[in-house]
Amino acid sequence: MESIGVLMLCPMSAYLEQELQSRFNLFKLWTVPQKPQFLKEHASSIRAVVGNAAAGADAELISALPKLEIVSSYSVGVDKIDLDKCREKGIRVTYTPDVLTEDVADLAIGLILAVLRRLCASDRYVRSGAWKKGDFRLTTKFTGKTVGIIGLGRIGMAVAKRAEAFNCPISYYSRRAKPDIQYTYYPSVVELASNCDILVVACPLNEETWHIINRGVIDALGPKGVLINIGRGPHVDEPELVSALVEGRLGGAGLDVYEKEPEIPEELFGLENVVLLPHVGSGTVETRTAMADLVIGNLEAHFLNKPLLTPLV
Amino acid sequence: MSAIENVNIPSGNEEEADRRPLVLVHRLPRFALPFDMRTTFRLLDPIASAADEPHQDFLSRHAPSIRALITVGPTPVNADLLDLLPSLRLVVGSSAGVDHIDLNECRRRGIAVTNAGSAFSEDVADYAVALLLDVFRRISAADRFVRSGSWPRKPEYPLGFKLGGKRVGIVGLGSIGSEVAKRLVAFGCRIAYNSRNKKPSAPYTYHANVCDLAVNSDVIVVCCALTKETHHIINKDVMTALGKGGVIINVGRGALVDEKELVQYLTRGEIGGAGLDVFEKEPDVPKELFTLDNVVLSPHRAVLTPESFEAVREVMTANLNAFFSDKPLLSPVQYE
Repeated sequence: MESIGVLMLCPMSAYLEQELQSRFNLFKLWTVPQKPQFLKEHASSIRAVVGNAAAGADAELISALPKLEIVSSYSVGVDKIDLDKCREKGIRVTYTPDVLTEDVADLAIGLILAVLRRLCASDRYVRSGAWKKGDFRLTTKFTGKTVGIIGLGRIGMAVAKRAEAFNCPISYYSRRAKPDIQYTYYPSVVELASNCDILVVACPLNEETWHIINRGVIDALGPKGVLINIGRGPHVDEPELVSALVEGRLGGAGLDVYEKEPEIPEELFGLENVVLLPHVGSGTVETRTAMADLVIGNLEAHFLNKPLLTPLV
Repeated sequence: MSAIENVNIPSGNEEEADRRPLVLVHRLPRFALPFDMRTTFRLLDPIASAADEPHQDFLSRHAPSIRALITVGPTPVNADLLDLLPSLRLVVGSSAGVDHIDLNECRRRGIAVTNAGSAFSEDVADYAVALLLDVFRRISAADRFVRSGSWPRKPEYPLGFKLGGKRVGIVGLGSIGSEVAKRLVAFGCRIAYNSRNKKPSAPYTYHANVCDLAVNSDVIVVCCALTKETHHIINKDVMTALGKGGVIINVGRGALVDEKELVQYLTRGEIGGAGLDVFEKEPDVPKELFTLDNVVLSPHRAVLTPESFEAVREVMTANLNAFFSDKPLLSPVQYE
């Protein structure tokens, strides 16, 4: 398979790069001096694209690669891939569901605890030497608080399972109520937000869910409410979120994703009721290895005419 | 919080006579009772009293009527204090730990001791899990990284470790340890424990000694009481047994861990990381820890939520009411 051209869109994993390099003819798009020149020269040998949460095969790229057969994403979110165009052209798309579900759910709970119990702020407090001068103030209990989840898919369910161990009542919003689920369903995000203490975004990003967290939802969540975003930055109207936090209209936020990563609104840096992470939802050694193995496994399966491991299209 | 009123009964008619039982508030100046119990009790507070009297004289003067005292936070109750209070029959602690109370002296004098019972257990368990998640997933370190503006310059942030499937060894499976176990099961952790005695109803693997527990664990969570036997229960043998990738979470007392050794193990990379809410000489924290990204430091605040304060106020009130009406105490500390 060493003659098969695979185009990797951005740096994402040294391990994945090595493995791809040893099996295929790997092109790294970020090392290319002139993109149009590169495409002219190599487009006809590129049969696969590997992208991630940050970069995907959009319409422009798909059009530039006439021999493209498969897009294998090192992520579970596929909002950066033009899925319709792939379907149209018979291009397969694979992603990495399940292997990262637990890590993302773990991080959601980690963010909730870090925000409510002010973990990062108190770690800063100790490191600055301030503890010698006085004790840190009270923070809010997590056990028993109501957790509202937007999107009760794999990740949403895993978040619910963990929150239940803290005796948290669970409620959710999704396009349709799920008949075999015991949690409380709300038919709108605003109603969900009005009736929970902590709101977790765990749905895929698409046209309907863009800016699903808007001013109305933020107001409904209120000055004691906490927003946790482990989905995609564009799920949230970021300027609205920032002003709500700065003005105290929202109680706090734990964010792993942003509208224009890696740029983060600087107004958030001075806030104690906010925890900011650099998109590390699946960022563990174990999971990233499993994700890379899935990417490789899917590509090998495709080129050996075997069933794909985790196809989406 | 305003100064606690002194003993004077307001003058007026008989029906307004103050029937509230008298309770001494025993506290170091930097600790105050964080809630009001004056509707139920007459509180005597030597520090807040108007008189400029030496502490000993104040106590001696009121001693005949002092049958119960509240000790706030870690304010020690020792033989010297007890000598001044011959009528004392009850010490009400405001914390789960009672290592600051001389239990032997109390027992010798027929004085009962109560603690916070399980008022704090959920908050402390939540906090232990919070520290563990923070260490494993580098939450505080990553938040620091982002706030320093480093993300655009260094797109690949170091990876953390998966919690699911990891073996967690809990030292002390009491009220707090059980709540920790219950939570971590939901994250897919495998739970084992060490305790003075095996608990037949606990569905987890028991190890009779802490080293055995450590050899078979990826994480050690310290939740036990501090006593003579448990002082430095986490020593260098345990740390070696836990190994290079191992993580220690301490929400018990600083002296449960040999802090000097822990600092050595952490700085030499012989242990994977630590989440610490307590230290041997609070508020002093070994400075060597400040530069480590695999350590999360917290200023002894696992219990500091309004909800737990309300819960402990209820427990303390219930214990005092029971005492003054000759009923069984709610959360008496059992003497060994």
